[in-house]
Amino acid sequence: MSNNNASSSLIIAQRAVKQLRLEASIRRIKVSQAAAELKQFCLQNASKDPLLMGVPSSDNPFRPPKSCSLF
Amino acid sequence: MGEMEQLRKEAESLKDQITAARKAVQDSTLQEAAAGITVVGRIQMKTRKTLRGHLAKIYAMHWSTDSKLCVSASQDGKLIVWDSVTTNKVNAIPLKSSWVMTCAYAPSGNLVACGGLDNMCSIYNLKGKDGNVKVMRELAAHTGYLSCCRFISDTEIITSSGDCTCILWDIETGTQKTVFAGHQGDCMSLAVAPDFKFFISGACDFTAKLWDIREGTCRQTFGGHESDVNAIGFFPNGNAVITGSDDATCKLFDLRADQELITYQDSSIMCGVTSLAPSLSGRLILAGYDDFNVNIWDMLKAERVGVLAGHDNRVSCIGVSADGMACCTGSWDSFLKIWN
Repeated sequence: MSNNNASSSLIIAQRAVKQLRLEASIRRIKVSQAAAELKQFCLQNASKDPLLMGVPSSDNPFRPPKSCSLF
Repeated sequence: MGEMEQLRKEAESLKDQITAARKAVQDSTLQEAAAGITVVGRIQMKTRKTLRGHLAKIYAMHWSTDSKLCVSASQDGKLIVWDSVTTNKVNAIPLKSSWVMTCAYAPSGNLVACGGLDNMCSIYNLKGKDGNVKVMRELAAHTGYLSCCRFISDTEIITSSGDCTCILWDIETGTQKTVFAGHQGDCMSLAVAPDFKFFISGACDFTAKLWDIREGTCRQTFGGHESDVNAIGFFPNGNAVITGSDDATCKLFDLRADQELITYQDSSIMCGVTSLAPSLSGRLILAGYDDFNVNIWDMLKAERVGVLAGHDNRVSCIGVSADGMACCTGSWDSFLKIWN
């Protein structure tokens, strides 16, 4: 029984090391570049963001349009 | 030195390497990049619709890609598909198990899925020939509760579970294609990348993990939270991940810099984050909390710019529609609200 526990602990430890090697090896870009690109994306898409810009009632599918009656 | 001791030392050394590699690219901060930008003006949204009909706590909701229909799951044992504009119930699907914790709408609009304490993910066909909504598949293999599910297509779905794993399923055969193991605690939520190549999971081991769907591997692990990660979402361009935790904070992690860029927190907020969703441009992060509110954060400036107050109990789920026009909140008070 203790043999099984020992060998499964070993396998778990080997897997953990293998995973850490994978995660350590990835290519990373500079935070300045990452941050600049996130900021750029926000600014470029701001005008198309209804929740950010506010939705005019005429364009709001969730608000019934105010009807104008012409007599 | 025994092999276990060698492996332990190697693991520690690799963790130090990762920390050092992250620090090596930390030439700036998001605060610095956003220094020249003004904080977003106060965001005030109103409840435009209240979806009434559930008889118990709502645990989950998900928008259809058409931005009009949405599905909600409640522990009253029902999945309801709503027309959010008319507030009509398009379908009211009775569930075999009322202990539902998650629901999802397929991108095609043809299927919905749900699951919970039954440890299964049940797939329902909304467009069956005779008009009745029936169970199409019951995906069973998880040994713990189903916390979240998201469709990749009509033939594939990813689930996250209290058994600490996520699974990619083949819906047609009802079998597991890939098991994503690695988390050391219950997986609480998942989100699929805009390009459908990756997904992220948040877990009770306080981390978020990025997974390659086809390779079946974990690419990156993000730590920093001091408690369970309950909510997770992708920034709209797929290059960053936002997490929400029981530690009362949300965090933004950049995938390509492989690190946390900013934390969304306020000393007056002391309760857990249950759910979150970014707005269309990613500039706003809407996060639901245990204190019955939704806080709206300026993603670049990390300042709170609005509150959605209207529920009488915990906000358990939140979603922004695909066209960005509205936000839907679901609550333990049994109501869903549509805001913009």
